[in-house]
This record gives sequence, C-alpha cells and structure tokens, in this order.
Amino acid sequence: MHRMTATPTLNSDSASASQAEVSGEIGAIESAYLRSGVEETQPRLDYAPYRSSLLRHPTKDLHHADPEGVELWTPCFGERDVHPLESDLTIQHTGAPIGERMVVTGRIVDGDGRAVRRQLVEIWQANAGGRYIHKRDQHPSPIDPNFTGVGRCLTDDDGYYRFTTIKPGPYPWKNHRNAWRPAHIHFSVFGTEFTQRMITQMYFPGDPLFALDPIYQSITDQKARDRLVASYDHDVTTHEWATGYRWDIVLTGANRTPVDEGADH
Amino acid sequence: MSTLLTATPGQTVGPFFGYALPFDSDSDLVPPGSPGAIQFHGVVTDGAGDPVPDALLEIWQADADGVIPSVSGSLRRDGWTFTGWGRSATDDAGHYSFSTVPPGPTSPGAAPFFLITVFARGLLNRLFTRAYLPCDQLAGDPLLNSLPPHRSQTLIATREAAGLRFDIRLQSGDDETVFLSYPGHRA
Repeated sequence: MHRMTATPTLNSDSASASQAEVSGEIGAIESAYLRSGVEETQPRLDYAPYRSSLLRHPTKDLHHADPEGVELWTPCFGERDVHPLESDLTIQHTGAPIGERMVVTGRIVDGDGRAVRRQLVEIWQANAGGRYIHKRDQHPSPIDPNFTGVGRCLTDDDGYYRFTTIKPGPYPWKNHRNAWRPAHIHFSVFGTEFTQRMITQMYFPGDPLFALDPIYQSITDQKARDRLVASYDHDVTTHEWATGYRWDIVLTGANRTPVDEGADH
Repeated sequence: MSTLLTATPGQTVGPFFGYALPFDSDSDLVPPGSPGAIQFHGVVTDGAGDPVPDALLEIWQADADGVIPSVSGSLRRDGWTFTGWGRSATDDAGHYSFSTVPPGPTSPGAAPFFLITVFARGLLNRLFTRAYLPCDQLAGDPLLNSLPPHRSQTLIATREAAGLRFDIRLQSGDDETVFLSYPGHRA
C-alpha cells in the first residue's frame, strides 16, 4: 500500500482510477507525513487523491492576518432564527423515517475550553439508504418521503447541542471506481468570533470505509482524524427509543480579550 | 497565541449542501433596491479559469456607520434589522450576489472590508479572505501593506454602478486571491 504511484490522471471528475491506485496515493502521502515529524491537525487543501481538490486548492500559502474589527465578533442567532423542533429530523413529515433512530449530542468549546453559548449549529445528511434529497444525488437508493435530513439548533448555555435523527448510510461517489463515502453527518458551526467559522463531517466509530476514503484521509494525522469520529454513549441511548452518540467540537482559539466585552458594540 | 485544545478538523462542504444551507433571503442583508442598498457580487473560478457552480460564500460586516451588529434574525429576515451576516451559493455560472450596504470603518481611519468565508466541493477546508472597499484608507492598511502590490490588488473590490464587484480565484498565478489565516489557526 505504500508504493509510490504514477502521477494520477488530472481529471477532477473522472472515475477512472481504481481503489487500489487511490489507496496507493493515500498511503504514499501518509508515509511521507509520518517521516516529516511535523504534526498536522487539519485537512490538507492540496490532496490529489480527492480529485475535486486538484483545481480548487490555492497554490500559495495562507497569508497571516491580525484580526481586527468584525473579525473579532460573530453574527448572533436567537429564538427568532431557530425553532426548537428543528433539532428533531424524525418529525418533519407525516410518518416516521426508515432507519436507526439516534441522538447525537456534544459540546462546542473554543480553543481555550470556553463554551460556545447560544450559537447556531446546522446539520445535513443522507438517509438510512445513503441518499440525499438533492437533485444532483443520482445514487439509485430510495428517497425516504419521511426524511429530509436537515436540522438546526442553538447551543445551550453550556455549549451543548443535541439532534434526534436517523443514522445515515454510506453512499457511492465518483471520485474513482467503486468509491464509497463512510457514513457521516455534515456539521456547520459558528464560534464567538467569525474566524472560528467551520464546516466539517462527523463519522461513526469503526467504519470500514475510513482507510479507503480520500476526504477523511486528507487529514494526514490519525489523532486529528479521530477527532471527527463520534463515540457510542449508552448514557445518551434512551430506553426503547434511540441509540446515542456523543461528539464534542473544539474551535480555534479566541482572539478577543475579555477586556473588550464591555466595548460599545 | 497558544491555546489549550487542538481544534477539530474541518472537512469539505461537499456537493449536497444546496437543500440544507441556503434559506429564503439568505443573501439579502438589506432588501434589494431599498435606499442605500448595493449589490456585492462576483464570480468564483477554479485553476482552469472555469466557474465554480457549487461554492457557498458567507459575508460578515459592519453596517454603513461602522457599527458591528449584535442582533439576531439572519435566518428569518424582517427587512428592517441589519444583522451583518449573509450567505450566497454560487449559481451555474459561478456567480454569487449579496444585497447589502457598504461597511463603514470600525475605528477611525480604518479601511472597511467585508470578511468572507468560502466553502466548496473540492475545497477540503474553508477559506477566509477580505474584500476591501476602494477608498483612500487603503494606503494605511497593515494587511494590504504586508503584501506585494500585485497580491494586495486581489483583496480590493471594484466599484460599479450598482455596487461592488469582487471575483474570487481559488487557484491561479499572481492573481490568485489572497486567503488568510489567523492566530490560533494551524495547518
């Protein structure tokens, strides 16, 4: 798996490569990363095994900016924006969706461990058969008329979010031949400063597709990849109702000093 | 700045956000055509110069007087409250568009800018950039002055009859948009 491979075909949407070829590229990048000894914590933007990234990653280094003005603040969301029932993805239609009902909950904190309170969390996901309600998803798996797969909530005063949903299925995509995404839920999260804004994907423990998936593997460091995997938590599981998963989110450090809190914004 | 905890990694927004993240009037920070409204818009292109039809942009800005908003209501806009935040998915031509007001300076003499995040299929993590208003204050801006002139130009919007234009080149030569990292961000 760690052999060097020839330069891949630079076609961002052709499904021509085999899984073995893509896995070879993934393995070569990981080997080089392990040899480098420099820890990485985020996905690489330039990651050729994910073909769609070839023409969409910047070629120049990110430029350092000292945050100022709006960069030290973030949009506010409130009860007016999000109804409490939007956090339950299983009650949006007349019937109950097919699949494993589950609760996912966790805490959002900044890099200093401070709770992100009363802030917006958005999720979206495929149904139990691995199908999205999206016109571009042509995977021949059934649409569930009782499942849209979109939810929102506000974190509580301790930074906790909580959704009730259905466990999503894995699904095929066109990165390469016989490519399958591990089951995941997309999360969109705001912090206390807009420079903490992030979108990511939460995965499920023990997924056999992890090693094969170039999006998950674009995070070269195993400890960092593990941060995207929820834990099964029997204390979240509820009697005769739903299984439970816990997944905490850490945002980047805050730059606004507490002294600013009384400023006239 | 050192922090206690390591941040959770980002991942691409993927191709299927279109039924989930856009919402009614998401890109209308003020009603289009209302007094003082401008169009802030542009095209997102890839390394082949082709439009990116599945990108999602967000802007966060001060109001026209330079006041940073701290009011809710972005997701259910009432047409009267300026929340400072908006979201626009690109169309099939890679075009995004906001109806808003030009931000004012948040401190005396500061060069006003829109803060932008870019998400897209194929983009493994979000990108940040600033879109500055063309104005006299640019000459004293520390960020622009930390870049060579041909690079700082990529951060300055162009004035048009209806407002401001700001194109985003994800991958290019000298005119590739400058994307930003902040203290606390890591590779």
